[in-house]
Amino acid sequence: MTAPTNLESTTSGGVGDSPQRPDGTRKVKGEFAYSSDLWHDDMLWGATLRSPHPHAGITAIDIGEALATPGVHAVLTHDDVPGVRYYGLDHPDQPVLAIDRVRYQGEPVALVAAEHPEVARRAINKIGVHYQVLEPLTDPRRAAFDASAPRLHEHGNVVRHQPVRVGDVQKARAEADVVVQGEYQIGMQDQAFLGPESGLAVPAEDGGVDLYVATQWMHVDLRQIAPCLGLPEDKVRMTLSGVGGAFGAREDLSMQVHAAMLALHTGRPIKIVYNREESFYGHVHRHPAIMRYEHGATRDGKLVYAKAETILDGGAYTSSTANVVGNAASLGVGPYEVPNVEIDAYGVYTNNPPCGAMRGFGAVQACYAYESQMDKLAAALDMHPLDVRRVNAVSEGSKLATGQLVDTPAPLAEMLRRLKNIPLPDPTDNSDIRNLPGGVSNTTHGEGVRRGVGYGVGLKNICFSEGFDDYSTARVRLEVIGGEPAALVHTAAAEVGQGLVTLQAQIARTELGIERVTIAPADTQIGDAGSSSASRQSYMTGGAVKTACEAVRASLFGRAAARFGLPEEDLSLIGGKLISARAGVLVALADFLGDEVIEEVREYHHRPTTQVDPTTGQGDSHTQLALCVHRAVVDVDVELGLLKVVELSAVQDVGKILNRTSLEGQIHGGTAQGLGLAVMEEIQLSEGKLRNPSFTDYLIPTILDMPPMRLDILENADPHAPYGLRGAGEPSTLSSTPAIAAAIRDATGLSLPRVPVRPDDLTPTS
Amino acid sequence: MRLNLTVNGEPQQADDIWPGESLLYVLRERLGLPGAKNACEQGECGSCTVYLDGVPACSCLVAAGQAEGHDVVTVEGLAPGEDDLHPVQEAFVEAGAVQCGFCTPGLLVAAHNLVEHNQNPSDAEIREELAGNLCRCTGYEKILDAVRLAASRTRNRKQEAGT
Ligand code: FES
Ligand code: FES
Repeated sequence: MTAPTNLESTTSGGVGDSPQRPDGTRKVKGEFAYSSDLWHDDMLWGATLRSPHPHAGITAIDIGEALATPGVHAVLTHDDVPGVRYYGLDHPDQPVLAIDRVRYQGEPVALVAAEHPEVARRAINKIGVHYQVLEPLTDPRRAAFDASAPRLHEHGNVVRHQPVRVGDVQKARAEADVVVQGEYQIGMQDQAFLGPESGLAVPAEDGGVDLYVATQWMHVDLRQIAPCLGLPEDKVRMTLSGVGGAFGAREDLSMQVHAAMLALHTGRPIKIVYNREESFYGHVHRHPAIMRYEHGATRDGKLVYAKAETILDGGAYTSSTANVVGNAASLGVGPYEVPNVEIDAYGVYTNNPPCGAMRGFGAVQACYAYESQMDKLAAALDMHPLDVRRVNAVSEGSKLATGQLVDTPAPLAEMLRRLKNIPLPDPTDNSDIRNLPGGVSNTTHGEGVRRGVGYGVGLKNICFSEGFDDYSTARVRLEVIGGEPAALVHTAAAEVGQGLVTLQAQIARTELGIERVTIAPADTQIGDAGSSSASRQSYMTGGAVKTACEAVRASLFGRAAARFGLPEEDLSLIGGKLISARAGVLVALADFLGDEVIEEVREYHHRPTTQVDPTTGQGDSHTQLALCVHRAVVDVDVELGLLKVVELSAVQDVGKILNRTSLEGQIHGGTAQGLGLAVMEEIQLSEGKLRNPSFTDYLIPTILDMPPMRLDILENADPHAPYGLRGAGEPSTLSSTPAIAAAIRDATGLSLPRVPVRPDDLTPTS
Repeated sequence: MRLNLTVNGEPQQADDIWPGESLLYVLRERLGLPGAKNACEQGECGSCTVYLDGVPACSCLVAAGQAEGHDVVTVEGLAPGEDDLHPVQEAFVEAGAVQCGFCTPGLLVAAHNLVEHNQNPSDAEIREELAGNLCRCTGYEKILDAVRLAASRTRNRKQEAGT
């Protein structure tokens, strides 16, 4: 219908180029307004009282003293929720404010609005809540299998059990020359974005509310917020405010309903900003996991079967646990051909903090377990870790454990070959202690330091899976502004730092052959864009912008064809000009358009997926798969248990590089979060209580912890995706963790079944 | 309480300050300068870094009263003019060192201080100087690129200017 996109004649700043971020200048000048920067005349500050107990009944709440505090304008409890009292991403089971029971430490119980944040903070401490403390259920294995455990929800403690069955594992055992087993654990990781949960709710004249918040998915927020407020969706208008990172933690609601309730109640704008401690209580975390794996292989390393039992601790409420279980099950054996498979993945409720989305989403946990197993297998067979992976690697035409055909390029063997070819770093220069584990703490001059090398391979599904109708919406408007053709792109997609705004502009430039593109603020005045998660926005919102641009182009070409008497197929837009393949430049676009405005709105859906069978796990549940492989080099001071990651190299297939600078940033950032999970990041719990809700005690990698990273990026196009791209935000988070763990094992000879690896694990005393 | 201080070269006054407020709070909420960020308010992340009398400091750890009579420069004051950027700011945008950007204001002050004092830093020196600034998005590679770029440009400019 329209001329094919000509990527070779790139418009400057188009697809494949690396233009600067449109918000970059404002960000470096300190002018970019994050959700915590918002300010309104007359605004009040909201604060939240949270449960100190992981599990308790509530018998009474006394707000009298708090309400009488000078400067306090409102104190609200569950009685004041105007509409439905529960919300949830998949299943509305989370109380807006606790009703008669709290199920995790930090659960919101009451709200205060006051003139100064300190007044609000003090007032919440004057609210008297009468708790009847209950025994917390904190052991996920007990939650999964012990019928006598306290029931945390009506339907029991199992959110989802997803089996995967292929072939006959029992029979296959007889064919295995070697069997390796392990029980692996992953601690609870926090997304630890830097910009705290925050936003502004402004009551409107029509009885509705305008919300300015940092979120990953405005429309799913809206679908939860409006019923809780007892308002129709069109009276809750959301605008995305500056987002200081997300990584999954903003997929669930935090302060949205609370701020809106206070605003509607007081008639004043309400600002809520969590501090870091509250932020640890205010969002879901990565599911900790206990994973028992068994693999059998022939003497030459070919896998004959795999068996896995994975228990994911979902904490107190459902959030996205069911889908995390889906990934842990369907991706449970990774990108390897395994003829016989028996996987059981469970997600359970406990009185631990709720867990939900975090970069890698269920695939991270599985990857750590199956990669640890691949190393065990290599050791048992005396094979190189890369060889055992290579002989089992999937490729185009393979089947996943779910029976789904891999119908696009999956060049894992080639990626492993390339990884092997990246030269290893030089031995450590011990003369500069900054290069050594312990650094300037001066703990060693090289004595006791051993080097290790390890590998990791990860397989991630891109976009939403399991039959979800996943789509995004874009509006593109083309007109002449100041004598130049200009496009406006409008979506509800959340820019969370990943660079989606840059990409949307690049796509519009390429598709319309113009330079001037403006990205409208993201809001709910346009249709759903889906979540900025699952590595899906380049694909989905990128696809929507591309499709809307194509529609604009088609409309333009229709008019041009009529006017110039040329076939539409002959026309293209390059450099702000309308061009015919036969007749050359026809006219400057600005002249052709004149006062006319062409505007199109389009939805983009990816090819449909299916649900998996509830008993066999079979089904075409994923629309796209992406691979990343890592090599880690570490130095470990085996006497002190200190370590330094020396280098991380990655090979990732991205289908098509749309913006190399942003892409590399995603791979680097994902790798860094994988490093955090490998060696330092863990929310520590005791009896359901958080012991380290601060950046003093929950450590994330600093610039000293991160090594140089080498990247080798491949472009094997996925013909189903816009430009052939593959989502790239998550895969590196999967593979870096097991690569680092393997390198530490290589250096120390320890089995290290658990991440994060702690100093104590490296200096076993027993 | 009333506070007088100089911010980005301008004398500023703030009234009715509660003594527990930090310099960060005063800048952000009372003086309309939200550039310095509030990622931890515990001295751990560096997102609130400002110059206090020419020395980078975590403004979340400075009580408002301690800033009385002192000279503060925030990210909003780094650029030489309305339409110009300092080389460090330019380099951060160009190198892709900015993703969500929440760490950026603090990192810019730290990086600005570094390149003002050392136009030829080694990677180890850059890492040491920026070790107090957390970034959750970038894995720091592009931040290193940006600082190297800013340092070399500053070096060239100083050479051209013959200083
Ligand atoms: S906000 Fe000051 S160091 Fe984190
Ligand atoms: S860019 Fe997001 S924290 Fe650094």
